[in-house]
Amino acid sequence: MRTLSEWSSRMAIVLRLASFLAYRQVRRGSLWTNLLITSVMALTFLNLIFIGGILVGLIESASTANRTLYTGDVLISATQTRPYIEDSPSAIALVRSLPWVEALSARYTGIADVEAGYRSKTNYTDIPNETNALLTGINPMDEDAVSGLRSRVIAGSYLDPQDSEAILMGADKLYQYSPIDTPGLRTLKDVAIGDRVRIKVGPHVKEFTVKGIVKGKVQEIDSRIFMLDTSLRELLGRADKSVNEIAINTFTDEGAVFTKEALVRSGLSERARVQTWVDAQPKFIRDIKDTFALLGNIVGTIGLIVSSITIFIVIFINAVTRRKYIGILRGIGVDASVIELSYVMQALFYATVGTVVGALVLFCIIKPWIDVHPINFPFSDGVLSVTAVGTSLRGALLIVASLIAGYVPARMIVKQNTLDAILGR
Amino acid sequence: MTKAKKRVSTQVSPLIAVCSLTKTFHVGDAEVRALRGVSFTVREGEFVAITGRSGSGKSTLLYQLGALDHPTSGEVIIDGVDITRISGKRRTAFRLDKLGYVFQDYALLPELTATENVMVPLMMQGVSTDGARRKSAEALQRVGLGDRLLNRPSQLSGGQQQRVAIARAIAHEPKILFADEPTANLDSETSETILDLFIELNRFGQTILMVTHEKEYASITGRVIMLADGEMVSDKSPKRVQSRV
Ligand SMILES: Nc1ncnc2c1ncn2[C@@H]1O[C@H](COP(=O)(O)OP(=O)(O)OP(=O)(O)O)[C@@H](O)[C@H]1O
Ligand SMILES: [Mg+2]
Repeated sequence: MRTLSEWSSRMAIVLRLASFLAYRQVRRGSLWTNLLITSVMALTFLNLIFIGGILVGLIESASTANRTLYTGDVLISATQTRPYIEDSPSAIALVRSLPWVEALSARYTGIADVEAGYRSKTNYTDIPNETNALLTGINPMDEDAVSGLRSRVIAGSYLDPQDSEAILMGADKLYQYSPIDTPGLRTLKDVAIGDRVRIKVGPHVKEFTVKGIVKGKVQEIDSRIFMLDTSLRELLGRADKSVNEIAINTFTDEGAVFTKEALVRSGLSERARVQTWVDAQPKFIRDIKDTFALLGNIVGTIGLIVSSITIFIVIFINAVTRRKYIGILRGIGVDASVIELSYVMQALFYATVGTVVGALVLFCIIKPWIDVHPINFPFSDGVLSVTAVGTSLRGALLIVASLIAGYVPARMIVKQNTLDAILGR
Repeated sequence: MTKAKKRVSTQVSPLIAVCSLTKTFHVGDAEVRALRGVSFTVREGEFVAITGRSGSGKSTLLYQLGALDHPTSGEVIIDGVDITRISGKRRTAFRLDKLGYVFQDYALLPELTATENVMVPLMMQGVSTDGARRKSAEALQRVGLGDRLLNRPSQLSGGQQQRVAIARAIAHEPKILFADEPTANLDSETSETILDLFIELNRFGQTILMVTHEKEYASITGRVIMLADGEMVSDKSPKRVQSRV
């Protein structure tokens, strides 16, 4: 008991004197030194967050776009073995009856050849300006309610319910927007809004007018051609009302899971594939997500090591230049633990202020700016993915690193011979 | 070589007892024998000057006595403790409790005010911040710096800085005050005021060991120990002070 109280009063002395020294050393130190150290810390902190955040953000927005534009929250699609969802009207009715469902869009699809510029073709032997695409018949209002497709029209305008001879072209099918043209991946050249294209499905051929062009950086949208569901059924000669995809939006995220479960229980999954947006994510997104998370962690770890070394160097230089004073303190009887703790406190101060400044810059400047000006990547509009938890965790890591990186150099200097330190030899 | 006169205290045990103290430095293959067996004792309340030519071992001796260095052989017993046998934390604690130092270059902490510089050893002893501030102000008043409490070292003259250093060295009431050429960086007028201060402190009972190579300054003390080539060549008591005893 006595030793414990001795120990605690000793701790109180050490703490009091260490903070007395640390506070004055920081406060009366050069303003420029303080600014420099703090900004190095803030930048180090940003470095810790930024690259990983961008990498994860890129893939997250790709995944979000796929969810918004293509799958909705739950996607019902035809299985590999059947051309369409059998008994679609009852499936649709069932979906509509579920309490979690906000909106749905039923889509008909069919593969077609598309040819442009056939009227100006002068020579019979000229290579036709041709591509193929997945035709998608939609109810424009339902589709817009689920995916907001209207907002993804980058030229021309969206389909109206009476536009029976109009199409929306996915940007990937046009050379102008996707300048790739290989024998395996053909694109249409010189197609403008208002031009007519010829669409062939098996024996059926029909001319359509290009009314708009859509681009959402989602492959399933950008490589399709959209038209009214009625037009597509006519073109395909389909009398039944069997659709190929049903994209469903639910009110909440859990709603998506409940919806899927309800549909599976109803037996629908025996004749169609029922997936939540998570299940329906393209494999490449899942693969990249893991890779990017790994990369982000590697970059973050390197960033943390660099930060630790930075703090180490800063505190080390600080301690080396003050070696004589450290010697004097030791000489007049100040315990090593006090001096070490005062340096740890300084490191802690710089790391904390740096982290706070870094976090302010991140959340008040960088994040809002990138949200408004996303980074333009081929497969997504990259935003910065930062979470409060992730940020605090990294801040905490940085502070722990600074504790160690502040302690070690102080200890190194304090350990040196006191007299040598005082005499500067 | 003159034999060093041994002062044997008959009444009380000495505050400092130095016995066959040697210190040898190794520089490459060469040996520098800075102290070659020095022995003497100091009683409480003495003011001792240590003089000698440059390189005679004065500073080296002071560092051994001040528990700042470890001698090669010999004993230094201060207040009953053989300080050559303690190390680490205990040595630091011993310096804090029993010793005070005044260095030639003042050795003040630049970012602390005069008061705060003096507060450091007090706080280390566990005096509360307010208590340390009060005691520190008192010590500064004693050295005549009552009006410079909040100045930083850079805002003080050399003489004033040395007074702060003296205040820091005496504020925690050490048994012994060590000073290595405390006036070497000061002009003669300022030096005399510093020496007067030492005399004053000694008059109130402070034991002082001061290194100086100025014979004139040595003569104001009660006792002069002279070193040459690491050996004690004389140990005299100037008349002026002797008459006082
Ligand atoms: N760290 C060291 N390494 C090697 N030799 C040393 C060391 N310190 C002191 N010496 C040598 O020991 C001898 C005594 O040195 P010391 O500093 O005690 O002399 P001093 O009497 O204080 O001289 P001064 O009046 O010039 O200060 C000198 O010859 C010096 O060169
Ligand atoms: Mg010397």
